[in-house]
Amino acid sequence: MLDEGYVTADGRQIGGVMMDMRGITLRFGGVEAIKNISFDIREGEIRAIIGPNGAGKSSMLNVISGFYNPQEGEVWFHGKRRPPMKPFQVARQGIARTFQNIALFEGMTVLDNVMTGRLTQMKSGMLAQAIWKGKAEREETANREVVEKIIDFLEIQAIRKTPVGRLPYGLKKRVELARALAAEPKLLLLDEPMAGMNVEEKEDMSRFILDVNDEFGTTIALIEHDMGVVMDLSDRVVVMDYGRKIGDGTPDEVRNNQEVIDAYLGVAHD
Amino acid sequence: MATGQPQARPVSIPALLARNVAQHGAKAAYREKEFGIWQSWSWAEAAQEIDALALGLLTLGANVGDHIAIVGRNRPALYWAMVAAQKAGCVPVPLYQDAAAEEVAYALDHCGARFAIVGDQEQVDKIAEVRDQLTELEHVIYLDGRGLRKYDHAAMTSYTDVQAAGRASDMASTMADRIAVLDYDSTCVMLYTSGTTGRPKGVVLSNRNVIETSRNSSDFDHLKAGDEVLAYLPMAWVGDFIFSIGQAMWAGFCVNCPESPDTMQSDLREIGPTYYFAPPRVFEMQLTNVMIRMEDAGRFKKWLFHKYMAVGRRVGPRLLDGKEVSFSDRLQYRLADWLVIGPLKNTLGLSRVRVGYTAGEAIGPEIFDFYRALGINLKQLYGQTEATVFITQQPDGEVRSDTVGVPSPGVELRIAENGEVFYRSPGVFVEYYKNADSTASTKDAEGWVATGDAGFIEESSGHLRIIDRAKDVGKMVDGSLFAPKYVENKLKFFPNILEAVVFGADRDRCTAFINIDLTAVGNWAERNNIAYSSYQELSQHPQVLDTIAGHVADVNASVAADPMLAGCQVHRFLVLHKELDADDGEMTRTRKVRRRIVEEKFSDLIAALYDGRSEIYTETEVTYEDGRKGKITATLDIRDAVVAPAAQVAAE
Repeated sequence: MLDEGYVTADGRQIGGVMMDMRGITLRFGGVEAIKNISFDIREGEIRAIIGPNGAGKSSMLNVISGFYNPQEGEVWFHGKRRPPMKPFQVARQGIARTFQNIALFEGMTVLDNVMTGRLTQMKSGMLAQAIWKGKAEREETANREVVEKIIDFLEIQAIRKTPVGRLPYGLKKRVELARALAAEPKLLLLDEPMAGMNVEEKEDMSRFILDVNDEFGTTIALIEHDMGVVMDLSDRVVVMDYGRKIGDGTPDEVRNNQEVIDAYLGVAHD
Repeated sequence: MATGQPQARPVSIPALLARNVAQHGAKAAYREKEFGIWQSWSWAEAAQEIDALALGLLTLGANVGDHIAIVGRNRPALYWAMVAAQKAGCVPVPLYQDAAAEEVAYALDHCGARFAIVGDQEQVDKIAEVRDQLTELEHVIYLDGRGLRKYDHAAMTSYTDVQAAGRASDMASTMADRIAVLDYDSTCVMLYTSGTTGRPKGVVLSNRNVIETSRNSSDFDHLKAGDEVLAYLPMAWVGDFIFSIGQAMWAGFCVNCPESPDTMQSDLREIGPTYYFAPPRVFEMQLTNVMIRMEDAGRFKKWLFHKYMAVGRRVGPRLLDGKEVSFSDRLQYRLADWLVIGPLKNTLGLSRVRVGYTAGEAIGPEIFDFYRALGINLKQLYGQTEATVFITQQPDGEVRSDTVGVPSPGVELRIAENGEVFYRSPGVFVEYYKNADSTASTKDAEGWVATGDAGFIEESSGHLRIIDRAKDVGKMVDGSLFAPKYVENKLKFFPNILEAVVFGADRDRCTAFINIDLTAVGNWAERNNIAYSSYQELSQHPQVLDTIAGHVADVNASVAADPMLAGCQVHRFLVLHKELDADDGEMTRTRKVRRRIVEEKFSDLIAALYDGRSEIYTETEVTYEDGRKGKITATLDIRDAVVAPAAQVAAE
């Protein structure tokens, strides 16, 4: 139904459809959080989901990550229909995420926190880990190597051995991104990566998001409130309001969409 | 090791490199922490990397005598770039990595660089911003390609690609020819002076300058293969060039590069350098941090610290100077070393330091004494780019905080009528590039160079003492001597005062601007429950002003003790609402105050200091790190300071 990809304004080749959401409806009791929404995420693109508070953005992200299973609709991943799954099964398929409220292990060091992101890659059993010889040791070394590359990439070398609890907010966000990247995801879900940051921290984070996409070719789906950031970062934008999809397209298209303008400027709903 | 080669003395850095490969081939020459692990390169491996890059430069069409700009943080690959440039017959020109785009543009344009070898995207962007002004710049070579994938690569190549092209090329004989013609008089490097006044000048240093100086200074401090340095100071600074290239090549020791600028302190601890240089500011900051941490320690630890530091202060310097120390003192010092001094040195990363230097600014006696008490052989040297660093330095066992030492080996000193210090040495620079006028006014026909500093040689010890910049030393209205730096240094010795600027030339009395030290004053505010929302607010807090007034009064009392300089007491002062900053042009990149610019920019404040007002409203333009400009406004309190009566020359 769709062609194979497109080329962005800055000359990146975007691939075919990676994640296809078809007619998703999600209810909590009588409340319809998501109403029959369809959209796709293509390989290599930065896809934003925006909308006013309570629009259902985080719920949508939770459907992608397998935390919620929709009552209606289908999730297609890499051309295959995905059966209802637990989050850890989804994670093994190569989808990693960060959280709106930071969810790190406060008492552990940055390094240990990022290492937990490698969990899905660790195969050796508990006993082998405890003895830490042979395979378990090799595995740890290999994983550490991946983690160190990410630490270098996100420029957090100086806090490698610092407990996360002692870090300022902006850095914690960066550590969370590091942990998500440690899983070497195909698709990275970012839930408000820039919430509560100052301008400088936002600029840094935007830089990192672009670099992740550029350097690792990671597909990124993000939720964000800061319009300026969204419009600068993303290739295509889905706009939600009250659980419905009211717009979908390039930042320019979305910006000129009357329904979107109404939703944001606050026109009365009938 | 018996090399058995009756080779002539090496007369260039590439020749020294070849000698080191022959003598210490497998020993570590460079280390860099990357991905959390110290990676190392032996002399032989480093030489191969350098050759590959040099050949790569030749394939790009580098000509003999081309200038090659090098911008980035301290990394082995950029040190190799300097040597590779020399091997290709070119002249390396390291530039300050934190310089603004137009500063970089000025240097690139002035030296007509055809190639620039840069660290990362930040530097690439900086050059891209000014590229249309640079007609001669042909190619940019970058080390870290992150974020550069989408850039137009028509005139841009990665470092490793250039090396690969070099390895694949057949230009080895061309390179050998170019190395063969290098002699003692060929240019080794060109360094831009930070320029306290006017435009930066390109100081041309020959192989003779660099190698002779490196040899003399290495002998002076017995530097040898097996020593370790941490290269963390700007590569564009002459000191770093001499320590990390000149002396490292001459003595054959290992250069270690930190993982990132922020990790310098922990990298220092891991490497434990044996030869260490830091500006007074760094030592001061470390001491402030130690003292702040000790404030937070438990009562027992505090007691232990103060008791054994007192022992250290009493005995440490005497031990260092090889003076007689009683058996019981030795025993106590041993105990102090085991309990306090050893662990503290380890934490600071200074356990193995055999030779430590500081220079650039005066260092406070208590800071100096602190490190000497720890048993660290911290010495002072006096130098400048035009001298290839060394003019004077303190020999082991003759170390004091108020002198800068005896003339370095091979250096002759002369003090002019007006007190200005002149020197002549094998390190004296060749010329200022494309600036014959300045060359002529700085260096006379016999090779004597004016330092621009006023000072005198102490009769008793033969050590040089520097008072101030010669042009800053002036007269006040009543004819008494005005030496601002002398007073400023005394003020800056207080941990609460970061920077001070004293005015008074051709006036009837002296006044001062003061910058508070945010670390020290902020910590004090926290302890005393004083809330503040910004630097500006803290700087104008009445209690802060009281504290500073106390410091000024103390300084006045000590200045008054010297009859010659008693006129320099500070009568009125104000605390500035912003830190003096290099981005605003108020300081040089090496953090020296640009007096004229400060005078011009804050002329309204100076006027207020002299017209008796008690406060003044002011607006100041500031430049943020990314180059944007903004404006801050403030109302500043002006305080009168307690002035001490001048000491009578013939008291009683």
